[in-house]
Amino acid sequence: MRIVIAEDSVLLRAGLIKLLETSGFEVAAAVGEADGLLAAVAEHRPDAAIVDVRMPPGFTDEGVRAALVLRKEFPDVSVLLLSQFVEERYAADLLATNTSGVGYLLKDRVADVSGFLDALRRVAAGGTALDPEVVSQLLLRRNSDPLERLTPREREVLALMAEGRSNAGIAAGLVVSESAVAKHINNIFAKLDLPHAEGDHRRVLAVLRFLDGDST
Amino acid sequence: MLSSSVPRRALTHAPWSRATWRETVFVASGVPLQFAGWAVFALPWTLWPAADVMVILIWLALPVLGVALLAHPLAAAHRERCWAVLGVDVPPLPREEGASAWDALRDLRSPELWRLIRYHLVVGTLVGLAGLATVALWAVGLALTTVGSYAWALPADSPLSLTGHAVRVGALTAAGVALLLATPYLVHGVVRWDVGAIRSLLGPDPTKELQKRVEDLAEKRADVVDAADLERRRIERDLHDGVQQRLVSLAMNLGLARETLKDLPPEALQVIVEAHEESKEILTDLRNFIRGLHPAVLEDRGLDAALSGIAARVPVPVRLEVDVPRRASSTVEAVAYFVVSEALTNVVKHADASSVDVRVLRRGDVLHVTVADDGRGGASFDRGTGLRGLARRVNSVDGTFRITSPEGGPTILTVELPCAL
Repeated sequence: MRIVIAEDSVLLRAGLIKLLETSGFEVAAAVGEADGLLAAVAEHRPDAAIVDVRMPPGFTDEGVRAALVLRKEFPDVSVLLLSQFVEERYAADLLATNTSGVGYLLKDRVADVSGFLDALRRVAAGGTALDPEVVSQLLLRRNSDPLERLTPREREVLALMAEGRSNAGIAAGLVVSESAVAKHINNIFAKLDLPHAEGDHRRVLAVLRFLDGDST
Repeated sequence: MLSSSVPRRALTHAPWSRATWRETVFVASGVPLQFAGWAVFALPWTLWPAADVMVILIWLALPVLGVALLAHPLAAAHRERCWAVLGVDVPPLPREEGASAWDALRDLRSPELWRLIRYHLVVGTLVGLAGLATVALWAVGLALTTVGSYAWALPADSPLSLTGHAVRVGALTAAGVALLLATPYLVHGVVRWDVGAIRSLLGPDPTKELQKRVEDLAEKRADVVDAADLERRRIERDLHDGVQQRLVSLAMNLGLARETLKDLPPEALQVIVEAHEESKEILTDLRNFIRGLHPAVLEDRGLDAALSGIAARVPVPVRLEVDVPRRASSTVEAVAYFVVSEALTNVVKHADASSVDVRVLRRGDVLHVTVADDGRGGASFDRGTGLRGLARRVNSVDGTFRITSPEGGPTILTVELPCAL
């Protein structure tokens, strides 16, 4: 799997390259700012781009904006955003059009190597990976009654769905069987009046639309 | 306030003291200037007594123009008199530098000009009358004290004849001496009156000066607050670019070691596992700390966006309501953010609450911030909960800070911040 990295910290860039190459990925290019990213993606057409949010010149949300351009110009290239802080507003921007092939994670998650690589593979394969922190921010903004109809376990399942996990992933995370997860998911969709969606990323879309919906 | 700055000469009011003569010269030199305003005012009337309405109107208008033209030069003369005779420095009016008399005329509505006119036509005139009286008292006192020196020359049937009315002459001499001893006090009184009037009416307006001072101080304070804000942002950036990146890299390497070095002795692997977990915890702590300083998203997207980040981190359910249709200044936003961040930290550390309500609403030009929890209460400034720092930061932007926290709860923190500094 071919990856392009945009990360302005030399140390982390080198670390990511090492991490990816030890784990069997091919790093096609590694750049230090957003413009370089667009050029590198155009040149190498990777499966996924790993993009730091805060990059030169402004050190605010360059990565998010670059990701939005990537999504538009290279829809077949998945984007995994990494940031020291995750913000639901940036997530909302990122997911506004399409939730497939998008990830938004705290940089800390890189430390959990296998979890991080799972997320990367999921995103590269067209799935979604949202940081649990973003999900809890989204849940907080959606301070509405329908959520109160969910049981605590169903809320956990909802959060994991929003992170972009598959049934198997959710089952592993909660240490329950996949059929139990499927039952919870059916309940959730019924209680929240969500249209039934087949496939992981359409499901994520439905959940995120709901969370982002009437946020105050 | 004014009198205290006039030089005191309480013990030197002897008629022969230098101070007394200086003050007398001051009073006497004032008289012609003090009547100059009236002279200008009265001049046309003495030359051509008014006959009909038109003439009266013109005669009323001309003196006003005259006084307006003369007001500034006359005021300067009075201030010069203060400095030359008494050594009292009355600063000139701020607008006067380089302004001609015509400028003053053009600005007939300026309160400064009317303060000058008030002196020239009212207060100064009264002072001038008092001045004249003291000069007259000197003359009478002198004449009476010295009555003996010329009384002998008078014929015996004159009422002041030394030979015929020795007792009367003696009494008059005594009265003259008394008058000479008393007059310096009167002179001193007139001087204080005049200097006070010149300071308050011909010098810079003290209220205006105060106002300017307040504006100055407010501006300086805003600079200090901004500088502190800037510093916070710099620290945030430094930590983000330095320590945080290196910690992520360290944690990543430990994670990699943990995943790949499976054939290490279990003790060695255990050390790596512990180091890895520890590094992740430090990362979380550091992230929470930096997030409380000044998040980039605050500047970028405003309070609403920034607050969800800290509210979501609280392990207690938070209800967050933000209604800020127009953004406040970045300094005020930073203070509001800090208030919520600190308050939530306090709730987590001390309150033992089961839910928290955070409300940030802009009503007009005031930002209302309320953080209410259902915890155990008892928060006070003395328990080192950072409330003092919080209150100070709120005060730095002229905000109000209130907290009610009875033992047993609930704790309600209310902060109001003016949006425009």
